[in-house]
Amino acid sequence: MKDELVRNVLGRFVPKVVNGRPQVPFAGVGKYKPKGHKAAPPIASCVDYHADGNKIVKDLRTALELAGLKDGMTISTHHHLRNGDYVANMVFDTAAEMGVKDLMWFPSASFPCHAHNIKHLESGVIDHIEGSMNGPLGEFCSRGKMRGMGVLRSHGGRHQAVQDGEVHIDIAVIAAPTADPFGNANGLTGPSACGLLGFALADSQYADKVIIVTDNLVPFPCVPWQIHGNYVDYVVVVDRIGDASKIVSGTTEITRSPDRLLIAELAARFVREAGIMKDGFSFQGGAGGTALAFAIFLKDMMKQAGVKARFVRAGSTRYTVEMLEEGLTDYILDGQTFDLEGVRSMRENANHVWTSPFTSYNYHGKGNFASMVDVVVLGATEVDVNFNANVVTHSDGLLLHGIGGWQNCLFAKCTILPIPSFRDRIPVIVDEVTTLCGPGELIDVVVTERGIAINPRRIDLIDAVKGSNLPIRSIEDIKAEVEKICGGKPAKPKFKDRVVAAIKWVDGTLIDCVREIAQ
Amino acid sequence: MARGEAGRRGADIRSDCWISIEETKSGTIEIEVKSKTATLYGDSIRSLIEDGLRTMGIGSARVEIEDQGALPFVIMARLEAAVRRLGLEPSQPYLPPMLSECTYTTSRDRMRRSRLYLPGNEPKFMINAGIHHPDGIILDLEDSVHPDEKDAARILVRNALRQVDFMGAERMIRINQGKLGYIDLEFTIPHNVHVVLIPKCEDAEQVKQVDSKIEAIRQANGISQPTFLMPIIESARGAIKAFEIASASPNVVALTIGLEDYTADIGTQRTKDGRESFWARCEVVNAARAAGIQPIDTVFSDVRDMEGLRQSVLEAKSLGFEGKGCIHPRQINVIHEAFAPSDEEIEKAKRIVLAFEEAQSKGLGVVALGSKMIDPPVVKRAIRTVDLAIATGKLPDNWREQHEG
Repeated sequence: MKDELVRNVLGRFVPKVVNGRPQVPFAGVGKYKPKGHKAAPPIASCVDYHADGNKIVKDLRTALELAGLKDGMTISTHHHLRNGDYVANMVFDTAAEMGVKDLMWFPSASFPCHAHNIKHLESGVIDHIEGSMNGPLGEFCSRGKMRGMGVLRSHGGRHQAVQDGEVHIDIAVIAAPTADPFGNANGLTGPSACGLLGFALADSQYADKVIIVTDNLVPFPCVPWQIHGNYVDYVVVVDRIGDASKIVSGTTEITRSPDRLLIAELAARFVREAGIMKDGFSFQGGAGGTALAFAIFLKDMMKQAGVKARFVRAGSTRYTVEMLEEGLTDYILDGQTFDLEGVRSMRENANHVWTSPFTSYNYHGKGNFASMVDVVVLGATEVDVNFNANVVTHSDGLLLHGIGGWQNCLFAKCTILPIPSFRDRIPVIVDEVTTLCGPGELIDVVVTERGIAINPRRIDLIDAVKGSNLPIRSIEDIKAEVEKICGGKPAKPKFKDRVVAAIKWVDGTLIDCVREIAQ
Repeated sequence: MARGEAGRRGADIRSDCWISIEETKSGTIEIEVKSKTATLYGDSIRSLIEDGLRTMGIGSARVEIEDQGALPFVIMARLEAAVRRLGLEPSQPYLPPMLSECTYTTSRDRMRRSRLYLPGNEPKFMINAGIHHPDGIILDLEDSVHPDEKDAARILVRNALRQVDFMGAERMIRINQGKLGYIDLEFTIPHNVHVVLIPKCEDAEQVKQVDSKIEAIRQANGISQPTFLMPIIESARGAIKAFEIASASPNVVALTIGLEDYTADIGTQRTKDGRESFWARCEVVNAARAAGIQPIDTVFSDVRDMEGLRQSVLEAKSLGFEGKGCIHPRQINVIHEAFAPSDEEIEKAKRIVLAFEEAQSKGLGVVALGSKMIDPPVVKRAIRTVDLAIATGKLPDNWREQHEG
């Protein structure tokens, strides 16, 4: 079946219908504002729950049966246990045992550990995935092996889709490092402690049925209750919800590559020279090697200049924790914790605050934190001469990454992409991105090892660094140099007609799509 | 059938490739390409190999390539090495074009504070060396290259000299000792080498032989720019003959020392305080200054110890050295900052230079600053300090206009 396509405002062709639902093509940043009311779960009555608050059932199968699992339902899971998660695999193994088919899997993200579920995609237990697909699952989708169409959303876009009723979750299964029999849960303690459970918040509030799966049951009350038991239907206790060594790392490593360090240092210098680094400012740093290095360079510069931040948005690591504990920032507003120090600090420091896609990223809310951040550094697989960027596919056309919070973060006052201009022989600065995930109007600065390109729309930033000794160049100039080094313009990947995944913008419109790879 | 192989294969290899060539009798060229960039550059890799075989005069062969993102100049080098290892002398070498970015020249007295060693058979370190802006890069054919790979490294270094923009860094090579070194020179000198490092130098004769070999290659290729020399003292004998070596040829611009070999030669080990090499290092400074060339210190090899490096540079500077070797790009800035004159030194030097210029304009033979007479060597040092301050960005070019009193 051939998909009917429509051209959106960026010139990208996107499907009119995705998995049976009509779509709105991207109309420009801030242009689409839906009307109506939010979705809501059915009214529950406490009469249907034990008055003593005990919601424990004997195993996951029982919980899924009681929740009414049947063919074609939407099942959600979450990625706060990252590459150590056992729960998403347990859910679909159990569904397979029960003989259920055609499920829609709605993860907040998937990791290589979830390649286990490929067999359930092949057998038809899972029809398709709506959610970030990393590594093997992405490749499976790219090669056209998934029955339904994949849908990729940002963390904020996922919240928006749930609250706006674009995705109705039948059953949410939430892995909980600590929980009580009532279903109150948090990620702060227990053998699988991961920090916080913000990615599961919307699911707990909007799903028809909510199942908590824990390996660390405590008597009521489990506090703080990051997930409220009042939303929860069933509690299941298992031996292990995850592999602790893959949930958080003992240490987060900064990059040792001299080229990446140079890029990170240039990005930090840009922030300083442009006058962004001043008392009371805010920034967002991630856990990637270059982003960590950026934070460390910036920290040194802040110390030298005697500057203190009001808040750091994270992805917390021991480096952000050090900044908090050394008094270089008043707060960490944390979306997920990447290492053990982050988890410890979240437990111990009142100013290490947990956030969720609702507070930080949801585009259909009465504001969100993303646009209040002064500067954010993000990665990309490709950036084109119009500053459009790609984070989901590689230049060879394969879908290998999710969007994460990337699209949401683009709304910061200054968005910087510190990236190499080419990786081995693969150009990163290109004429046109393979998949357009972020419009150029929101991407302000591209920092490469061969120079810094400022988006011509940001005359203020261009003026701010005039007279500095930063290597400012045009993006076309960097692209030309890269092509010369790599041996000419790269050929384009070949695709079939079939659309295998749709890429959502933060407001639920379609910004681009991914086609099945030829060969 | 004979077979030649060159390069490296395996999932952990980056920016390199492995090429195998087999002679056939089919009269055709068969090429099998496995590349991590096959989608983007598969066709271009194929035509590069076809073009190479044509250039080298080979019409019947089977070629296999396993590529991990090698740039064209690397693929070309590996192909030529594989062909030579087949025992075939190419009808002509497979040279990549000489980029205009690779044709800049050097000068005798340029700054040589940092020189970054790049292993001659490792393309991934060469490609981005220039962006870290060392004063010099050394494409090393000697100790960092396995004896079985000397032939392949020579071709790779030659191609890098023609294709990699080192962004103004002085282009140096370190050759092997003896006959092997002469082959190194034949392969590289025609491709804009600025400085040749002569390892394990023990007497003036060694320098003169390399110098005349270079001269012969220069004449044969009609090269007009000079090729400078930097001998490396690495033995007790070399240290004794330091001055003779430093003054062996007008092309010698700097003298340096290699401490691993030197300490082994005098029967001891290298320590952190370096008392065992104190005399030899002072000897190198003294010999170089006596010969009017630059004394350059040894390599600092602990890439994680940046504070140790800084202290080591400050110590080298206090002994009279003007440069330091390094093996990691992150060491470069530390070296440049430590060699940079302090604010106090700059202030004093500025006053002396201004006093000197004023004396000159008035036709006075004697330079005075306040009530103090300034000797000519002090003026010379002040000029050098001001130049260094400008070069390191600590003083603007037009400092005279901004100078107050």
